[in-house]
Amino acid sequence: MTAASPVAAAPRVQTPLKRFVVEFLDSRVAVLGLALLVLIVSSALFAPLIAPQDPYDLSKLDIMNGMLPPGSADMDGNVFWLGSDEQGRDLMSAILYGLRTSLLVGFSSTAVALAIGLVVGMIAAYAGGSLDAAIMRLVDIQLSFPAILIALILLAVLGKGVDKVIIALTAVQWAYYARTVRSAALVERRKEYVEAAQCLALPKQRIVLRHLLPNCLPPLIVVATVQVAHAITLEATLSFLGVGVPVTEPSLGMLIASGFSYMLSGEFWVSLFPGLALLVTIVSINLVGDQMRDVLNPRLQH
Amino acid sequence: MKQQLSILAGAFAAVLLGGQVSAAELRIGTAAEPSALDPHYHNLTPNNTVRRHIFESLVDQDAKQRLIPALAESWRTIDDKTWEFKLRKGVKFHDGTEFTAQDFVYTVCRIPNVANSPSSFTLYTKGIDSIEVPDPHTLIIRTAAPYPLLPVELTTFGIISAKAAGGETVTFDKAGCKADSWPSTQAFNDGSLAIGTGPFKLAAYRKGERIVLDRNPDYWGEKPEWDKVTFRPITSEGPRVAALLAGDVDLVDEPPLQDLERLRKDPKISVVETLSNRIIYLALDQAEKTPTIKGTDDRNPLRDIRVRQAMSMAIDREAIVKRIMNDTAEPAAQLLAPGLFGTNPDLKFSYDAKRAKELLAEAGYPNGFELTIGTPNDRYINDEKIAQAVAQMYSRIGIKTQVDAATVNVFFSRRNKGEFSVFLGGWSAATGEASSPLKSLVATRIKEKGFGPTNYTGYSNPKLDDLLTKALATVDDKEREKLLAEAMKTAVDDVALVPLHYEVTSWAMRKGLSYEPRADQYTLAYAVRSAK
Amino acid sequence: MLVFLIRRIAQSAIVVAIMSVLVFTGIFAIGNPIDVLISPEADEAERAAAIARLGLDLPMHEQFLAFARNALAGDLGISFVHGVPAVQLVLERFPATLELALLAMTIAVLTGIPLGVWAGLRPDSKAGKIIMAGSILGFSLPTFWVGMLLIMAFAVSLGWLPASGRGETVEVLGVPFSFLTANGLKHMILPALNLALFKVSLVIRLARAGTREVALQDYVRFARAKGLSPARIVGVHILKNIMIPVVTVLGLEFGSVIAFSVVTETVFAWPGMGKLLIDSILLLDRPVVVAYLLVTVLLFIVINLVVDLLYSLLDPRIRLGGAKA
Repeated sequence: MTAASPVAAAPRVQTPLKRFVVEFLDSRVAVLGLALLVLIVSSALFAPLIAPQDPYDLSKLDIMNGMLPPGSADMDGNVFWLGSDEQGRDLMSAILYGLRTSLLVGFSSTAVALAIGLVVGMIAAYAGGSLDAAIMRLVDIQLSFPAILIALILLAVLGKGVDKVIIALTAVQWAYYARTVRSAALVERRKEYVEAAQCLALPKQRIVLRHLLPNCLPPLIVVATVQVAHAITLEATLSFLGVGVPVTEPSLGMLIASGFSYMLSGEFWVSLFPGLALLVTIVSINLVGDQMRDVLNPRLQH
Repeated sequence: MKQQLSILAGAFAAVLLGGQVSAAELRIGTAAEPSALDPHYHNLTPNNTVRRHIFESLVDQDAKQRLIPALAESWRTIDDKTWEFKLRKGVKFHDGTEFTAQDFVYTVCRIPNVANSPSSFTLYTKGIDSIEVPDPHTLIIRTAAPYPLLPVELTTFGIISAKAAGGETVTFDKAGCKADSWPSTQAFNDGSLAIGTGPFKLAAYRKGERIVLDRNPDYWGEKPEWDKVTFRPITSEGPRVAALLAGDVDLVDEPPLQDLERLRKDPKISVVETLSNRIIYLALDQAEKTPTIKGTDDRNPLRDIRVRQAMSMAIDREAIVKRIMNDTAEPAAQLLAPGLFGTNPDLKFSYDAKRAKELLAEAGYPNGFELTIGTPNDRYINDEKIAQAVAQMYSRIGIKTQVDAATVNVFFSRRNKGEFSVFLGGWSAATGEASSPLKSLVATRIKEKGFGPTNYTGYSNPKLDDLLTKALATVDDKEREKLLAEAMKTAVDDVALVPLHYEVTSWAMRKGLSYEPRADQYTLAYAVRSAK
Repeated sequence: MLVFLIRRIAQSAIVVAIMSVLVFTGIFAIGNPIDVLISPEADEAERAAAIARLGLDLPMHEQFLAFARNALAGDLGISFVHGVPAVQLVLERFPATLELALLAMTIAVLTGIPLGVWAGLRPDSKAGKIIMAGSILGFSLPTFWVGMLLIMAFAVSLGWLPASGRGETVEVLGVPFSFLTANGLKHMILPALNLALFKVSLVIRLARAGTREVALQDYVRFARAKGLSPARIVGVHILKNIMIPVVTVLGLEFGSVIAFSVVTETVFAWPGMGKLLIDSILLLDRPVVVAYLLVTVLLFIVINLVVDLLYSLLDPRIRLGGAKA
């Protein structure tokens, strides 16, 4: 078990890590998910290099190329593999760039929320007493409200924008981490090695940073993986409801929403392909997250 | 509340008894829902649509927005400032009481006294200076100045029953009528005061869900074909069409453009359409300093008429109509579709990107500049897509253009604060004549005259203002039309705005129904007929 | 118990207060509702008059004080758009949302528990794996997209079910419900399925985890050894034991179903409170947004309370006390 033996320092951490890798690779589905995820993230990262077109540069678009079905070519022989939208925008490029927005929102909001949750959770666990009670009360209250409602109201108030979506999603996520960190830290705190460290009169920060923190990470990582997928879906949903990212910086959700009106009239590609891209992204993250939980969850290991 | 329930209960009993197969039932899927059934609460197209079924006005407009008699049988001017209206006799309200001149007086009195009204009809009653009632079926209306638009403005509001509202003794006073209390909007919503003279009576109203109307058997005019009419708001485009195709509704308004081709081909569906009174335009800020233009050393290039001409010429309107509007719009050269009152048949648009570039160079911008166009994305048909297409075309003549799209709740406030150098707008001429866009969009903003409330560009030409002022005081139709056409030419020559296209309004319905398409975009159940 | 209740209510009151300040100032900052609502034909004078009629000409703090004063007296204001009390608007829409959420929960339980138990009993079988894969998919599919696909498939292509709206309703004690008529029920199927999707996956996972845990317990092994039929083992021992977590979680999730109906109602034009919220945000109808929020908060308080009470009834080891609130 990862958490039971790690009084000691860095070299021995490798063993659990190795074991984690081996156990993770045990599931073929999860490996497939991971491979897909790597592929998706890298294609989003390198979108400007891969994409046939810069979908945001309006001077490169021509409405005369609008609504081309998948696989058709324009007059200059450029092929629109996934078709084009009404502006003559190559849909593959739009999806790649949309993926960037979606992933940016998902990962950065999760990262910020994780950081905030970590700090707050640690403080609660370490300080205890009334500060702990106050923080946890706040967390409880927030968690009793559905994330979508809080995000919706926040965004209605903040207005549109990628940065604002990140703020809203951070605001709805931090409480999960705070709670996870606190409970993990409380468990760790009662362990002998911490007591030993305290007896040695090591400074508080050192105990928290060097001992408590590393041992709280595994459950956090699991929660974070699942939350990235949640955040991406939530962003798509909010954009669909009209309070998310602006139309000029479309995420996948925005692309799906603006293409939906064409679905009925047979121009399915404008909405279907972004939808599939979103689906594959989230499924792959969830597959990875699921396996990580199985591997890192001490209860299932025994 | 009780009243409402009993009405609803009655309606549902009728549903159960009548069953769904009742042949004379018409179900309409609408893109927008009225905010209330109070005819004077909110001057908004969906409200005015439903209002026309229950409450009638003195004068009405036909499908082409020409005036036709309604509760007034006839009218004439006694002098430039005095009008006489002869009212129809023997017209009964839904509660059986007779319609008289007092109902009109009470209506005009009540209009400024609607609590919480977000957009009042006082706009159309403030021309009235005094009202005389020589007999119960004659009205003498005086205006402070010559006011040719009076009959048109009397088409905009529905007449309520003075007796039902307890206003039999209320008299008109320009400074404000006196009454113990005024009816609440709620009383119309729950049906207790939804008493008009119209071809239909209110049967049930459930917000967000449906409005059910029953035929008024005692209607004075041509009786509608339908025993029962249901309006169902289906605001999303796809589901609205799906509901028509699935047979859930018989007729829908505003079918989405991208589906029209398919609907036209469908043997079970027929589509009708007409040029609407709405123009889609670009407004070009002509103030000293302008917020969203860069690369011009802080000068505002839009003050130069050559730049404005270039920005009109650079737009391939036909391409926009074809590709973005699916051929369901008409390229525009002026501010109201030609053929409507006061438009100018000589005005043409041109598309010449090369000449546009030359004009820019002549004006001192051979390399163009950077521009951001503001646009709403949920107001006009394909608004944000049109703005993007325009941005493409501007980019090609060297004006590097970005689009800043926002929902109307944000867009209008930003526009009003002057946050855009160029924005996309739309204007419906409710009166159906050119004075409407001229007065609101391009006349110099003069509060006292009500000129230029939507003129956000700072454009100002005294010649245009003079022509318009004169036209608005000219009761002779021929003379007025000439003045308006002249004013229109001035606005277009100055490129006060860049007209893009006139929207075409369409309706889709199951085969076997017919509807004469209306320029004012109203969906009127009593004008829907089944072909037999 | 009383302490617990009072504390719960006090907490919620603070939440409500913070939320209303936030929403109030926030919507004020977005824009002026009159800009959206007023007829474009209106001139300056009429605009100013309309702004004054709705009380929007006052400085914000005065507007807020007036709102707070009225709110304490139980009056949440008049809708800017509809001109009727905002609370009334929200409550009128509540039954539609409630019946949709209840049907969705029913679907989630009726499909999720059998599938989850099955997957839990045979975790390594093909069916078990497919069920689990399906639940991952269910978690991953964005609700609004599935809704669109459902409309495309069942309403447009196949024409089996209506695409949107509520259908016929029948009044029970003056409240309209559509699940009592065939036509109404037909209208409910697609949106309810859509809303249930996420919860089905959740129930599958809960039921599977519970079943796996219980199946390994001594008493189940003993029952099996005694030769009890599998049906009896599942019916009596397993179901009984997994019900506690399922009921608790579902109870807590009910609030989220209500909240998520915002999405489903928008896709299917279902005239519930969620749709009203979206419309009100788009029209800057501040009183309605605030009223929606207050009504939902109240609803959540009640739901959480009921769940806690149920939980303590189902599991006698739990005692409602101060800290565990």
